[in-house]
Amino acid sequence: MKDLFTKSVARNIYYGGSLFFILLFLVLTFDTHQRIPATDNRENLTEEVSHGKRLWEENNCVGCHTLLGEGAYFAPELANVYDRFGQSTEAIKAFIMSRPPNGIPGRRSMPQFNFTDAELNALAEFLKYVNGIDAQNWPPNIQG
Amino acid sequence: MKYQSQAVSKLYFNAAIALFVAQIIFGVILGLQYVIGDFLFPYIPFNIARMVHTNLLIVWLLFGFMGASYYMVPEESQRELHSVKLAKILFWIFFIAAALIVLSYLLLPYQRLAELTGNSFLPTMGREFLEQPTIGKVGIVIVCLGFLYNVGMTIISGRKTVINVVLLTGLVGLALLFLFAFVNPENLVLDKYYWWWVVHLWVEGVWELILASLLAFVLIKTTGVDREVVDKWVYIIVAMALITGIIGTGHHYFFMGAPSYWLWLGSIFGALEPIPFFLMTLFAFNMVNKRRRIHANRVAVLWALGTGVMAFLGAGVWGFLHTLAPVNYFTHGTQITAAHGHMAFYGAYVMVVLAIISYAMPKLRGRVANSNKAQVVEMWSFWLMTISMVFITLFLTAAGIVQVYLQRMGDQPLPYMVVQDKLQFFYWLREGAGIIFLIGLLVYLSSFLIKGESDQHIDVSHKNPAIKS
Repeated sequence: MKDLFTKSVARNIYYGGSLFFILLFLVLTFDTHQRIPATDNRENLTEEVSHGKRLWEENNCVGCHTLLGEGAYFAPELANVYDRFGQSTEAIKAFIMSRPPNGIPGRRSMPQFNFTDAELNALAEFLKYVNGIDAQNWPPNIQG
Repeated sequence: MKYQSQAVSKLYFNAAIALFVAQIIFGVILGLQYVIGDFLFPYIPFNIARMVHTNLLIVWLLFGFMGASYYMVPEESQRELHSVKLAKILFWIFFIAAALIVLSYLLLPYQRLAELTGNSFLPTMGREFLEQPTIGKVGIVIVCLGFLYNVGMTIISGRKTVINVVLLTGLVGLALLFLFAFVNPENLVLDKYYWWWVVHLWVEGVWELILASLLAFVLIKTTGVDREVVDKWVYIIVAMALITGIIGTGHHYFFMGAPSYWLWLGSIFGALEPIPFFLMTLFAFNMVNKRRRIHANRVAVLWALGTGVMAFLGAGVWGFLHTLAPVNYFTHGTQITAAHGHMAFYGAYVMVVLAIISYAMPKLRGRVANSNKAQVVEMWSFWLMTISMVFITLFLTAAGIVQVYLQRMGDQPLPYMVVQDKLQFFYWLREGAGIIFLIGLLVYLSSFLIKGESDQHIDVSHKNPAIKS
């Protein structure tokens, strides 16, 4: 057994195995691209949603929140915040606007970002779009 | 030190350690913000401190990998480095760029930084771990290309060992995959799909190649075991890393809008991902058991063995805990993830970089090994840091289990912030363990200040005659 499993066999498993799985991964990636229009809520991906995503990024929201489970674990999951806030973009905007600039003594608090009305709308629309992504029924419940 | 050009690695190792210290200080700040929510608010909000913590980790590990390469590659290739000057120039570019990026995080509002660096031309900022301004990312690519050129030229024109070839493959993969940091589709599902090509395929893919290569180098040097034996281990470890890890990316595609077959693929291949780490544990212990000399640098061997054990526990076991889709459905994005992340990064990548530093640094300072006293102090730091990291992981795991139960499983799921209040006890314990980790790191630093000569190697080759297979 020991003689059969030589260094060159090990090397061939490395090169052969890696190549095979890289190719398989590329095929699966192609297939995923074919299938995701059914789940990724692209029909609601408007210009305003794109603007919202940019704002989400440029204010590093993912540094505290998770979005579909990825990000930091310091603040609530936001992929379903639209549902959690009673499907109201107004409620989302009101929450973001109401954050005290100097925080809340002793507690976690979201910073005050001083967004304009258009920016607030874009962010809320972005979160509404994310809420519409079909993510295998995740999060498990309304609390995120 | 056999080749003069290896000396350039000292610069990289020093920078790595300095940034490591800064990373841990921010870790302690973050831990405190978990329990005292308004600590440093609004001057250093949590998201900024976290970005500094994670980015410093990545950057200092990259400094560590580069330093390790500059140390290992000449010795493996049996020739001087292609260009010491290039290595020095790239060091200063990288170090100044890294310092500027971190300072800009701390001194400017993030949104202002995005504006100043023209993020709207090629938006890449604001995604976890890839928060660097686009221009900073371009800088990273340039530094990586220059580094690869330098190391590649040395390897191509010298002796080609398995360690060198696997290292180079890992480094090329690292650079190529980082290019996906520039891919940021407006479609969030696609954004996430390719974001993982950097994040997962780095730490659960090509970085494992670098890890195996560094570990093998330290083990060859400290145990004197025949290269043929080591080479076979390295091949089979990296084979398993890529065979399981590439499709294993699927365990991140469960709940983000990708097709449902990823639930199966990600679960199966994710469950296999501990295999390469388990092989590393076996590898490290096997080599030390079969050693032909007891190397004077015993603490380097301790770090190498520690890597084998902790990488398997952190990346392997704690990864397996939540890699199956039905489990991950409940644990995704909770403190369970944080627990796994901490021990996996420490056990695999932090420890292997500290192992190579521990082996190489005495040589760079002109001795085989540090004095016995210095080694004992370094061993204390090993145990302080490693045990406190085990406790950080256990406390976060406990917090995670309670969080999952209260927020996602009970009859009356509670809101996120309500649950967080109930986890304060665990977060305080975690902060305590974090402070012990910082103390361990200070002990580590102090070991560099202890002078003196080392003992000699002890030949034990009569007990373990040359092993051929």
